[in-house]
Amino acid sequence: MSVLLEVSELRASYGAVRVLHGLDFVVNEGEAVVILGANGAGKTTTLRALSGMVETSGHVHFDGHSIVGSRSEQISRIGIAHVPQGRGTIVDLTVAENLRIGAYRRRDREVAADIERWYDVFPKLEARADQQAGNLSGGEQQMLAIARALMSRPKLVLLDEPSLGLAPIVTQELFRTLGELNHTEGLSMLIVEQNANLALGIGSRGYVLETGSIVVSGTTDELAGDDGVRRAYLGV
Amino acid sequence: MSLFLTQLMNGIGNGAVYASLALALVLIFRTTGILNFAQGEMALYSTYLFWYFTDRGLPVVVAILAAMALSFIGGALVERVVIRPVEHSSPLVLVIVTIGLFLALNSIVQVQFGSDIKTNLPRAYPKHTWRPGNVQISADTLVLVGMLAVVCVLLYLLFQRTKIGLAMRAVASSSESARLSGVPVGQMLMFGWGLAAALGALAGVLVIPQIGLQASSMQSILVFSFAAAALGGFDSPVGAVVGGLIVGVAEALTTQYVHALNGIVLIVPFGLILGVLMVRPQGLFGRRTVERV
Repeated sequence: MSVLLEVSELRASYGAVRVLHGLDFVVNEGEAVVILGANGAGKTTTLRALSGMVETSGHVHFDGHSIVGSRSEQISRIGIAHVPQGRGTIVDLTVAENLRIGAYRRRDREVAADIERWYDVFPKLEARADQQAGNLSGGEQQMLAIARALMSRPKLVLLDEPSLGLAPIVTQELFRTLGELNHTEGLSMLIVEQNANLALGIGSRGYVLETGSIVVSGTTDELAGDDGVRRAYLGV
Repeated sequence: MSLFLTQLMNGIGNGAVYASLALALVLIFRTTGILNFAQGEMALYSTYLFWYFTDRGLPVVVAILAAMALSFIGGALVERVVIRPVEHSSPLVLVIVTIGLFLALNSIVQVQFGSDIKTNLPRAYPKHTWRPGNVQISADTLVLVGMLAVVCVLLYLLFQRTKIGLAMRAVASSSESARLSGVPVGQMLMFGWGLAAALGALAGVLVIPQIGLQASSMQSILVFSFAAAALGGFDSPVGAVVGGLIVGVAEALTTQYVHALNGIVLIVPFGLILGVLMVRPQGLFGRRTVERV
């Protein structure tokens, strides 16, 4: 298994406030990696740092590119898709238009076929193809945000708390779909979650983030068996 | 009755100018969230370019197209050089920057082209007035309304049928999500400012020959256009067009029938702005901003 994303000494700050204090982690090709942590631990900032949305230093190597200091749209172009926290849909565009924006950088002729493909995976989106994304339910918007990210045919998808604000049954359906995409398509994912039960269920490895530093890492089985993790994140 | 209809037609003609400049304001407001107080002076500069080209002997239509093309480039450069460095600043800063741009452009045209009034602007079409019944309809009115109709159709096609139009709507709705999808947001904003400047140029070269070209030519027009955009809603292109026509007609009828306001007809747009802000701040077609928690 080859390394797809290699992060070392990743630091990020908002103005004078440093939020990440030197993170080291990797995502291998085809892996689903989970980052757990409480509110304010720096999970969202980690993903934003990878996407060039905050002031960042350190080393990030992705698929042969060094991406620290690159602009978000350049990072998107080399194959990292970012589903931001809380409905990363473009609310004034229709569902179909959102998907076309996801393919903005593509020049091939298979965009329409890909849209059909994601409609098959998320049938609720097809039924609402011509509706404004802002009128969708929370779960549908999250599916749309993920489908739009996948329209760019990314090598790695960053998912920022996909379960946030969704009903448990919707969340379970969403994670089942994500798990299938990871298993059957070999889609690499980096998932940030507070809902540790769900996240550990689909990931193969994970990291635990506390106040901007990684405190525990291991396979998801190891994390699920770790007493500290169980007490802090699994509620047992 | 025929006098009323004549003034109605005049109002619609002027309204078409206000509408196109209001469209330019809306275009910039939707994409960058900025009220561009310099929109009128950008159109003024464009019209001076037009005058300069025709003065050098270029045919009128060529001069219009050249002025529009240069305005597009100029508008894009203004976004990149003047607006981009302050785009995340407070609204107050942005207002002051565009007012500064207003003053700068107004002074530059006087230095560059002289402060005398230019009356020798060629017309793109012959002067003519039709009189069906006793109603007078001037060629100016028809050309301005025709220009507005063509502009509306082209903008509709651009925004609804092209990839770049889709990307611009994405940027206007959520620039962060658009950026994460690989849309080059900065280039889209430059394109939007360029488009607005070219649109203003078209309105300027068609209307200013009727009133004479000098440094103050666009100022009252801009006030009427702001009233139009406020009335229709600053985030609504349809609102800009409807608002422009309403403001134009209101101005023409006031001038005709309310003699007390002769010479201070600017009271009309200011009254409209005030009224809209008090009764329906989002404008007729604008969306009320609701934050979902």
